[in-house]
Amino acid sequence: MDNFVKFINAAVLAGTPVLLGTLGEILTEKSGNLNLGVEGMMFMGAISGLAGAWFAEQWFNWSGVPAALIALLISFVAGAFGALMYAFLTVTLRANQNVTGLTLAIFGTGFGNFFGELLGKRAGGFVTVTAHTKDAFANLNFGPLSKIPVIGRLFFSYNWLVYFAVIVAIALHLFLKHTRRGLNLRSVGESPATADAAGINVNLYKYLATIIGGGICGIGGMYMTMVTTGGIWVHNTIRGYGWLAVALVIFATWSPARALYCGLIFGGLMMLRLYLPIPGVPQQIYDMLPYVATILVLIGMSIRQSKEYAQPKSSGLNYFREER
Amino acid sequence: MTKEDKLAIRMRHISKSFGKVQALQDVDFELKEGEIHALLGENGSGKTTLMNILSGIYYPDGGEIQIMDQDVAICSPKDAFGLGIGMIHQHFKLVDVLTVAENIVLGLPPSEETKRKRLNQTIRDIASRYGFDIKPESKIYELSVSEKQTVEIIKVLYRGANMLILDEPTAVLTPQETEKLFTILRAMKADNKAIIIITHKLNEVLAVSDRVTILRKGKKIDTIKTSDANRQILTEMMVGRKVDLAIDRPEAHDRKLMLQVNQVTAVSSDGRKLLDRVSFDAYGGEILGVAGISGSGQKELCEAIAGLCPVVGGSILFESEINGVRVAENLVGQTPEAIINKGISLAFVPEDRLGMGLVASHDMVDNVMLKNYRDNKGPFVDRKTAKKTAEQLIDALEIVTPGVKTPIRQLSGGNVQKVLLGREIISNPQMLMVAYPVRGLDINASFTIYHLLNEQKDKGVAVIFVGEDLDVLMDISDRLLVLCQGQVTGIVDPRKTTKEHIGLLMSGAEREEVGA
Amino acid sequence: MSDYASCEIKRPLVRMVRRPTASLLHRAIVYFIALIGALLTGALLIFILGHNPLDVYVSMVQGTFGRAISFNETIKVAVPLLVTGMAVAMAFRMRFWNIGAEGQILIGGIASTAIVIYGQNIPQLPKLILMGLAAMLAAGLYAAIPALFKAKWDTNETLFTLMMNYIALQLILFLQYQKGWQKERTSFPIIRTFSPDARLPRVYGIHIGWIIALVLVILYFIYVKKTKHGYEVSVVGESVNTARYAGMNVGKVIIRTMFISGALAGLVGFIQTAGADGTLGEGTSGGMGYTAITVAWLSKMNSIAMVFVSFFIAMLDRGAKSIQTSHGIPASAAALLTGLILFFMLGSEFFINYKLVFRGRAYHG
Repeated sequence: MDNFVKFINAAVLAGTPVLLGTLGEILTEKSGNLNLGVEGMMFMGAISGLAGAWFAEQWFNWSGVPAALIALLISFVAGAFGALMYAFLTVTLRANQNVTGLTLAIFGTGFGNFFGELLGKRAGGFVTVTAHTKDAFANLNFGPLSKIPVIGRLFFSYNWLVYFAVIVAIALHLFLKHTRRGLNLRSVGESPATADAAGINVNLYKYLATIIGGGICGIGGMYMTMVTTGGIWVHNTIRGYGWLAVALVIFATWSPARALYCGLIFGGLMMLRLYLPIPGVPQQIYDMLPYVATILVLIGMSIRQSKEYAQPKSSGLNYFREER
Repeated sequence: MTKEDKLAIRMRHISKSFGKVQALQDVDFELKEGEIHALLGENGSGKTTLMNILSGIYYPDGGEIQIMDQDVAICSPKDAFGLGIGMIHQHFKLVDVLTVAENIVLGLPPSEETKRKRLNQTIRDIASRYGFDIKPESKIYELSVSEKQTVEIIKVLYRGANMLILDEPTAVLTPQETEKLFTILRAMKADNKAIIIITHKLNEVLAVSDRVTILRKGKKIDTIKTSDANRQILTEMMVGRKVDLAIDRPEAHDRKLMLQVNQVTAVSSDGRKLLDRVSFDAYGGEILGVAGISGSGQKELCEAIAGLCPVVGGSILFESEINGVRVAENLVGQTPEAIINKGISLAFVPEDRLGMGLVASHDMVDNVMLKNYRDNKGPFVDRKTAKKTAEQLIDALEIVTPGVKTPIRQLSGGNVQKVLLGREIISNPQMLMVAYPVRGLDINASFTIYHLLNEQKDKGVAVIFVGEDLDVLMDISDRLLVLCQGQVTGIVDPRKTTKEHIGLLMSGAEREEVGA
Repeated sequence: MSDYASCEIKRPLVRMVRRPTASLLHRAIVYFIALIGALLTGALLIFILGHNPLDVYVSMVQGTFGRAISFNETIKVAVPLLVTGMAVAMAFRMRFWNIGAEGQILIGGIASTAIVIYGQNIPQLPKLILMGLAAMLAAGLYAAIPALFKAKWDTNETLFTLMMNYIALQLILFLQYQKGWQKERTSFPIIRTFSPDARLPRVYGIHIGWIIALVLVILYFIYVKKTKHGYEVSVVGESVNTARYAGMNVGKVIIRTMFISGALAGLVGFIQTAGADGTLGEGTSGGMGYTAITVAWLSKMNSIAMVFVSFFIAMLDRGAKSIQTSHGIPASAAALLTGLILFFMLGSEFFINYKLVFRGRAYHG
């Protein structure tokens, strides 16, 4: 039992950055933009969040919670900035979505590593935030709640970003399912011509969904620097988590609610080798699991051809009203 | 000023161009309150463009618009809604995975009115007022074509539109459904709504409209009272000269059995029956017409014969003479490649010309060799022969194109069809299947196509003509097969039957014993 | 003021009108302006970092052309990029988004390394040929997997091939620990270096990968433009329905083309391991699979244009490495600058495909 709880704890912690990237990408894809640049946006958020916290400490002597909030804000802005470039190119300049997304991945990776090294030099060796700020990303204590046997450790023992991600997922779910704007957004992703004819500002929805989605991805990146690596910059810190997030979007079949438990499954698959080692099965086989699982979902979806659990129909295609 | 004379819409000096194409030139248009106004013109005459301007899809290059005597600017579909203008497009603008109710309120600001329960009630109220039959909770992908049209109409009514534009609304309906739609339109007119119906079918203009405006090549010809019009007058205005509307039907001779379709059944991936025990014969030297509302299995029938649509039961026997011996080859289960390799010369002009019959971005040379590029030996394609063929076709069919190297996409609809039909005919087929061969073509080009089909019939080719315009089908076919939901509901002699009867066969309300 | 005038204001200041076809000159001018734009943006960044932009750019160019060795290094980067570009372009012509070149390169590398490890006694020439063939076969088959599912069930290939990259990567990480593969006398997870007889010979100081690449450029051109296969690929790319209608076996075309695409990428794995690096590692592909997609796209799938585009990107890469030593700017600047330039190029395509019409002015042909 104890091992199981530990396993779930580890799965949650590992799955959260991927979940954030996924939530951002789901929001983006719901607008019909397939942004493959999640990896890049997470890199941008990762370095910017860290730099934000570090500069907040250096310049304003803010540490702890204020620095954490600065990291949250700046990482969101950085991810959103990457997404803005993507949106400008694909929506306004009508560039191909796949190519633009991949370019964003290249750019963002360069952005992260470049400024990461630069920041390291500036900090004289390597960047690290103060212990006080690190504490702001430590696991929370809910007092008596955290002390409930099993339940306390299963649900009330994580850092605040975990709960933040859960709230984002639930909020996105409610937004898409139960609000008029969510309905509008879904229709933009399914059939922009219809949305346009219904008087919905297609481009505005595409821009906003993509930018906010990118911001959420950026926060996912910040999680990697502030929580996973503990407030220091490590070269190539995102190491493919962005692509994993793209995979999780498929695994969760474009639903933020399903992304919650699918994210947990992903986190679990990533941690499985530590908690369920099978003799003779090497670590790398375990590490393949999330990708293999995603491929299986992809294949299953294409065989079943369900209308409800599918990629938004216009995803990957640009929309121009006057084209004829 | 009487009530009838009050203008709902007044458009003046409207111009619009797309690239080098002048789609509209200095067009005036007036719509009165409480009238049904037909907008008549051939394909490419600009009628849809004019209405798209009114509904905010396009923005005019020049001209002005008044709604209810007020100068207005319609910059977006939203503006159009605000002014009470609602357009029902030919290609429905509905989101498949959403419900009827969700589609209807799409884009509207949330309010008490649009809460689910209240909304469903309002939809039911509108439906019962005009005689629609629709469930607000259904998903769009579950609906039939005419139900989707109903959703579109309720959508604009819900938004309080008092000016409705319907773009070719009857193209997808049976004669009976069309009549029902007209009844609904008349009910709306009685409700003092102004209605514009875009069409190129003269019968509909005469049947339902109060006035008619005729456009030709982007220019307005005239607006006249329907009571003063007849088919001949309207045609002349639409085409610009006197046209003999009669389609030739030379007597069939040397009929020879060519194709025997027996109990053919085809099933879609989700298990629906696309073709249900279809049986019929086709003869060389005659034109067999195929009628039915769209999606009744016409596409699948052609594709089953061409080996493109998998068949789960039945047989398709193709009779041909090889060295003087008559052989019947079963086409079921054979790939198009195998059918071509067996020397069976089956020509097929599919409905989707640029999406199936031709490659839109390729030039004429590459398109001409589409079906016979394998014929020469070696790994390389032979573009020289194809180029010669292309040049031959240009001469023989008077195809207007800048050259054989121009992408097909840049050709006009009529010329695209000539390339496609020409390629199929030049292969000297024993059988020729054509699906909707004149869709989108002007009258001139349509008649060229009819003429070519009659020529093939005269040569002894078995022609199968899938069409949507019942008048044309009844004029040109020697026999007429009617499909309904994948079943053959009758094979009739068009000379000895009525349109109403065929309509009932199309809707499945009646069915004839299908003999051999 | 009438409402009409208000619409004049609401009406967009500029509208886009599709341009039928752009001339080569027009295209070149637009790309050039985009390039200048990207360089200026880069200059701004360099300036903010406290360096003289002109200085930095000059040393970048020097880093590329300055000495024979730096030029050779540039070619060494350009060659795999060019071949990978052709690999993905082959699939793109069929509208098959092969984002899996990254993984296919790795699989090719694994296969040629396997020959090195298990075929130590084979003489040099047959060994090299065998390595190349093994790399092409393995990667071709690897790429054919998503193609098979695409052909059978229309499974989304963009995401499928993407996932396959990570599976290939894990495979390499696994092999790094395996006996025979792991470098001897070390506990580090590194694959051993190739013996000299498993290395590509040099011509004019560069491994012969560059000759292979140039031959492939010509072969690619002929295959795509002149052969029946090439014709089939272009028809399938335009419309699967048309291809089926014409009697083509679409599934066969998809699988065959993806096999070739993967095989070309696999060849890159061979060229990298036997040519440039002399070993296999997770860096063997080094993001080339992704960069190559943009190379192919900007070259409009034309192999001759790809020669220039890939050389240019290689220049950036080398240049960025040289400014690390000369100005202390991190080498990651290469990816940053490459991304920036690609962004500008992608954006500039709009001005190739569209004309802008300003408010109040009518557009006449």
